[in-house]
Amino acid sequence: MAAHLSYGRVNLNILREAARKELREFLDKCAGSKAIVWDEYLTGPFGLIAQYSLLKEHEVEKMFTLKRGRLPSADVKNIIFFVRPRLELMDIIAENVFSEDKMHSSRDFHILFVPRRSMLCEQRLKEQGVLGSFINIDEYILDLIPYDGDLLSMEYESAFRECYLENDQTSLYHTAKGLMTLQALYGTIPQIYGKGECARHVANMMLRMKREFAGSQNQILPVFDTLLLLDRNVDLLTPLATQLTYEGLIDEIYGINNGYVKLPPEKFAQKKQGEASKDLPTEPKKLQLNSAEELYAEIRDKNFNAVGAALSKKAKIISAAFEERHNAKTVGEIKQFVSQLPHMQAARSSLANHTSIAELIKDITTSEAFFDNLTVEQEFMTGVDTDKVNTYIEDCIAQKDPLIKILRLVCMQSVCNNGLKQKVLDYYKREILQTYGYEHILTLNNLEKGGLLKLQTSSRNNYPTIRKTLKLWMEDANEQNPNDISYVYSGYAPLSIRLTQVLARPGWRSIEEVLKMLPGPHFEERQQLPAGLHKKRQQGENRTTLVFFLGGVTYAEIAALRFLSQMEDSGMEYIIATTKLINGTTWIKSLMDRPESQAP
Amino acid sequence: MLCCFSVSLTLCCFSVSLTLCCFSVSLTLCCFSVSLTLFFSLCFLYSKTELYDMCWSLKDGLRDSLVAAAPYGGPIALLREPHRRSPSSRPQLEIYSASGLSIASFPWKSGPVVQLGWTVSDELLCIQEDGSVLIYDLFGSFKRHFSMGQEVVQSQVVQAKVFHSPYGTGVAIVTGSSRFTLATNIDDLKLRRLPEVPGLQGAPSCWAVLTQDRQTKVLLSNGPDLYVVDNTSCTAVVPPGLSPQVGSIVHMCVSFSYKYLALFTDSGHLWTGSSNLQEKFSEVDTKVRTPPKQMVWCRRPKSQQPSVVCMWDRLLLVAGVCNDTIQFPVDDQCVCVGELDGVRIISSTHQELLQEVPLVCQDIFKIASMAPGALLLEAHREYEKSSQKADEYLREIKEQSMLGEAVRQCVEAAGHEYDTNTQKALLRAASFGKCFLTDFSPDSFVSTCRELRVLNAVREPSVGLPLTHTQFKQMTLQVLIDRLVYRQFYPLAIEICRFLKIPDYQGVSRVLKHWASCKVQQKDLSDEAIARAVCLKVGDSPGVSYSHIAAKAYECGRTELAIKLLDFEARSGEQVPLLLKMKRSQLALSKAVESGDTDLVYTVVSYLKNEMNRGDFFMTLRNQPVALSLYRQFCKLQEQDTLKDLFNQDDDHQELANYYVSASYREKVQSCDTPPAPCPVTEDEMKLLRFQRKLDDEKGAGLLGLSLQATMEALLALGLHKQAEQLYRDFKVPDKRYWWLKLKSLAEKEEWEELEKFSKSKKSPIGYLAFVEVCMKSHNKHEATKYVSKVTPEQKVKAHLAVGDLEGAADAAIERRNESEMAAVLSRCSASDRLLMDRLNRAKASTAKK
Repeated sequence: MAAHLSYGRVNLNILREAARKELREFLDKCAGSKAIVWDEYLTGPFGLIAQYSLLKEHEVEKMFTLKRGRLPSADVKNIIFFVRPRLELMDIIAENVFSEDKMHSSRDFHILFVPRRSMLCEQRLKEQGVLGSFINIDEYILDLIPYDGDLLSMEYESAFRECYLENDQTSLYHTAKGLMTLQALYGTIPQIYGKGECARHVANMMLRMKREFAGSQNQILPVFDTLLLLDRNVDLLTPLATQLTYEGLIDEIYGINNGYVKLPPEKFAQKKQGEASKDLPTEPKKLQLNSAEELYAEIRDKNFNAVGAALSKKAKIISAAFEERHNAKTVGEIKQFVSQLPHMQAARSSLANHTSIAELIKDITTSEAFFDNLTVEQEFMTGVDTDKVNTYIEDCIAQKDPLIKILRLVCMQSVCNNGLKQKVLDYYKREILQTYGYEHILTLNNLEKGGLLKLQTSSRNNYPTIRKTLKLWMEDANEQNPNDISYVYSGYAPLSIRLTQVLARPGWRSIEEVLKMLPGPHFEERQQLPAGLHKKRQQGENRTTLVFFLGGVTYAEIAALRFLSQMEDSGMEYIIATTKLINGTTWIKSLMDRPESQAP
Repeated sequence: MLCCFSVSLTLCCFSVSLTLCCFSVSLTLCCFSVSLTLFFSLCFLYSKTELYDMCWSLKDGLRDSLVAAAPYGGPIALLREPHRRSPSSRPQLEIYSASGLSIASFPWKSGPVVQLGWTVSDELLCIQEDGSVLIYDLFGSFKRHFSMGQEVVQSQVVQAKVFHSPYGTGVAIVTGSSRFTLATNIDDLKLRRLPEVPGLQGAPSCWAVLTQDRQTKVLLSNGPDLYVVDNTSCTAVVPPGLSPQVGSIVHMCVSFSYKYLALFTDSGHLWTGSSNLQEKFSEVDTKVRTPPKQMVWCRRPKSQQPSVVCMWDRLLLVAGVCNDTIQFPVDDQCVCVGELDGVRIISSTHQELLQEVPLVCQDIFKIASMAPGALLLEAHREYEKSSQKADEYLREIKEQSMLGEAVRQCVEAAGHEYDTNTQKALLRAASFGKCFLTDFSPDSFVSTCRELRVLNAVREPSVGLPLTHTQFKQMTLQVLIDRLVYRQFYPLAIEICRFLKIPDYQGVSRVLKHWASCKVQQKDLSDEAIARAVCLKVGDSPGVSYSHIAAKAYECGRTELAIKLLDFEARSGEQVPLLLKMKRSQLALSKAVESGDTDLVYTVVSYLKNEMNRGDFFMTLRNQPVALSLYRQFCKLQEQDTLKDLFNQDDDHQELANYYVSASYREKVQSCDTPPAPCPVTEDEMKLLRFQRKLDDEKGAGLLGLSLQATMEALLALGLHKQAEQLYRDFKVPDKRYWWLKLKSLAEKEEWEELEKFSKSKKSPIGYLAFVEVCMKSHNKHEATKYVSKVTPEQKVKAHLAVGDLEGAADAAIERRNESEMAAVLSRCSASDRLLMDRLNRAKASTAKK
């Protein structure tokens, strides 16, 4: 079921199995039939750990969404709340429990806090007078969720916002805890590198936690050689740019949520003969995207311009495989052919799906608007006219294009210019407020607080220096047969990944100057391994680095890291971990404030 | 027939105590020293081993004293003359180790004591006449007390017993009004008053506590009658096979395991049977009429032949199940302590262990035994003497292929032996035999060696824990270490942990933790000195919680020391609760912040909020930015008003402004609350709002709350061009945006004349391609064409294409000699435009040539 997790360099299925085991244990603790009341936010991440069938095996008969008022009736012995430790959820739970008591039923209540129980919440339940109603109050430590064979995500959406806007480091605490769990399963990671305030904080907490566990020495041979912690605010530029890999574009256009994408159904209509084409399906088509699908694993990280060729090549292979049947003469040959059929049919339907998706995307990428937008982005990244009001942005505002698109571009200009001049900044702000409404002043303030939008304070713009030293712009990016990570943005090499690449070779010492220009400290820590666990490396054996993006990572960045892993001479394989998979749109959205939505 | 012989040996090196009984045959056992007095009871041997010469010097022996000795080599408590009540000479309560070393001694100041007893965790229970039970620790310090019920104060406790059950240590009493009260576990006190026993006046003649089927019951005799009393009922019972002529029962005892019962009648008969009164084992006529002082079961686990030890002032009698008795004269008052595998007999001068000799020891040491173990022992002895007989013996064992068995016997016997030289001899023999075996697992040999070393160490009189190997196995190493720690034998405990290679967590660390907890209670040392000593010893030992030690220090009122110790604690989460308890809230806050656990920070913050006045609370938060921002988050969700105060206090104008903005939107009453020092954009917004309100009042336009752009749009849609114009000027809207807006609006309303007028009002800041495109969007090709001519040359081709004029586009492209533009036109051509395509292709070719 989750075999794709174990194919990679590091068998992440161990982590998933550990998480499943713990879930089973908790469920068995509540004997008898059960209903789960879900904090809606958790269902997605949980889907990556356990399907409904697992819950069913443990007598979960009903599932509800947590909402105010009375719980739906269900003839079960146990009601289990799966919730994040948040006060507002506690109030809802209290309401549920109160209205339950009136019905004189004798259902047992339990709470499972994800990822950690909280004294504050329990206190709240106590104040509400319902704490005593719960038989089990437990925590389900779900920090790092295996997302794919080389990818872990905490699915913690608000991490960046909390860290940089609200100075709330809860997510970092969970990160550190998650990394400790990971080390418990995969051995102590001997080297830790990091860049950024949050990275420093996480590393500090990890070292402290290690001291707390002193004595129970981890006797597992380390799987990871290095851990690299990167703050998202070290590289604000990359997520703002439009991703140009296949997977990146799917995410940019349709949004991938917890590994699933919802697509417009028209293209996927089953064209059966004799059926009227009128009744097109209206439900969006939901597809799971991960490396379990062979074709997807092959093309997901390609630049979109190379996807077409890959698809047609694949189509040829598949049809050739089907043609084989004509060559099958003997019974044995036919038998062999038939045995391959399921696999071939799966490949064919996979190909059909991706051809449809590629068509959908192509419609958009070939549009003028997309092209214009990309041109401006690339101008900014190459440093063209970043200090003036950009006419394209102006036009977009005048045409009332979506606000997020405007914000992405303005922020990008600000980042590429190391801040905007007062005049330019004020102009953009006025334009935005006058066009989209004054309430967005809160969002603008947030963006300023997060550093995405800022006033140029020093006269020197250091972005060009960074760009040149780290070779962030490659004029001749080869999209078909890439030789550099810059292919993922058709020219722009993500800063975060360049830092990762340089760390592996020749090392950060060579770019001290640039590191100083980027925000936050950079550091290196070593964790002592117990004697006997030092790896004896085979000749030519790759080292493994876990790269942790604090505050989110884009699919294009992941693609770039996978590209580096596959490069023959890199000598390094990368496993990626993050608080959340993001793109410019979801990222900016998480930083927006809408006064209405705050109203109680 | 009592077939009994005793072996007496006197070898200089051993302190051997020999008490001979019956007829004794002196033998010089060819082998070596056995410090045993053996006697046969049919096929069972009993041995009496001297454990200690007691270190104490008791003036009056054990006479007139209440004595309680705990099993498993536990401590001995002694209360001399408990009934002496004159305040001038208070009785002395003394606590000794099993070897008689004084541990504590203090005058008894409370009321008269009926009974002393030890709990499973080596705490001393003193049951007083008035029903209160006082609990002391091993060192004589008072821990707590509880009462056996109010009614007891009146009726007084007449007799009491302390008993052990799977639930812990219990207390049973019988009052002057003949009522029993039970507490099965003193740590979880639930008093149970048992039902009345018919016809019972005063105390019963004898009674015992039974634990059966998870129930605790009392068995008692009143004259000839026997009753079992449980929670609800009192049942008369008759022991099976008890002859009616034997008279009334005057003494009874149950075995260590509550499985066996012994009853002593006034005719001198001793009845033994199962404690559920289903089975009779034997009935022995002891020929002694007086009730014994003490009666204790003596058996070892799994033995089928239990026996009972009865003690009178001058006589000790062992009665087995086979009608035989062995008698020992006793010269001194003794106390018998029932153990798991025997009986300890404590007198004022020494202490002995009476037990059934384990089968394996019998096999080896029986005279002329041919058991493989015995032969192996002999073989080894011959080997030591360099005699060839060694080989003969060995051969004999090997011929029967019993060498493995021989080794096993020697190892097992060594475990049971108390004398170190015997142990050594047996182990050496085992090791010798092992040499001739190829696949014999050394585990049992090694573990026995190790365990014996530990046992010998704790048996030392200075430690005084006379444990047998069986007892040790039963109590487990963990408990042994706990007991050593409790007795403060820290170095020995650590040595044992290290010697047995117990993981630090369960071993050394645990000992250190106890040591440190004890250390912080030393009043004569300064905080500094203790903290240093603790840190030096404990260091980073895994599993030692400094916060635990600190909590102990705080309990003893040493707050400063506690804080010093907490500094060593690595886990901040552990520090915080204690710091809060000690009212070091500031420190607690900074530790919580340090831990990174935000929930912990929230916890401290909400604690502080309740503890401090608002001003101090805010000031405290100000010094902890992390806590402050968390609190702000909390307020944002829960207490908006507090949020404002917070920002006000910090003079955070930016955040304050944000607050006002979101507050005003929330209340839907706009611009009512003027934020301090509004910035230009806010002023603009207020201006806009005023304007909107005015217009809404005048024209009912419904503009309030719209953005400026939306307002202008609405105005244009309503045809209020003048007002839109006014906004455009007042708010300095850029021309471009305004033009776009007006263009779209006019096109939407299809006011084409107005649009044309507008296009001519001045040179368009957005160019004229926009006009073409917007018109086309409204499907008005005619209007669109009007503007094509005005478009700049660069956009001409696009404009022509937009209106679908391929010819025009082609002309423009060819004129501009722009290849890509030509290609763009070409791509739009269909087959019917062949002429045009040819022209373009030609032009393209010629451009390319140049």
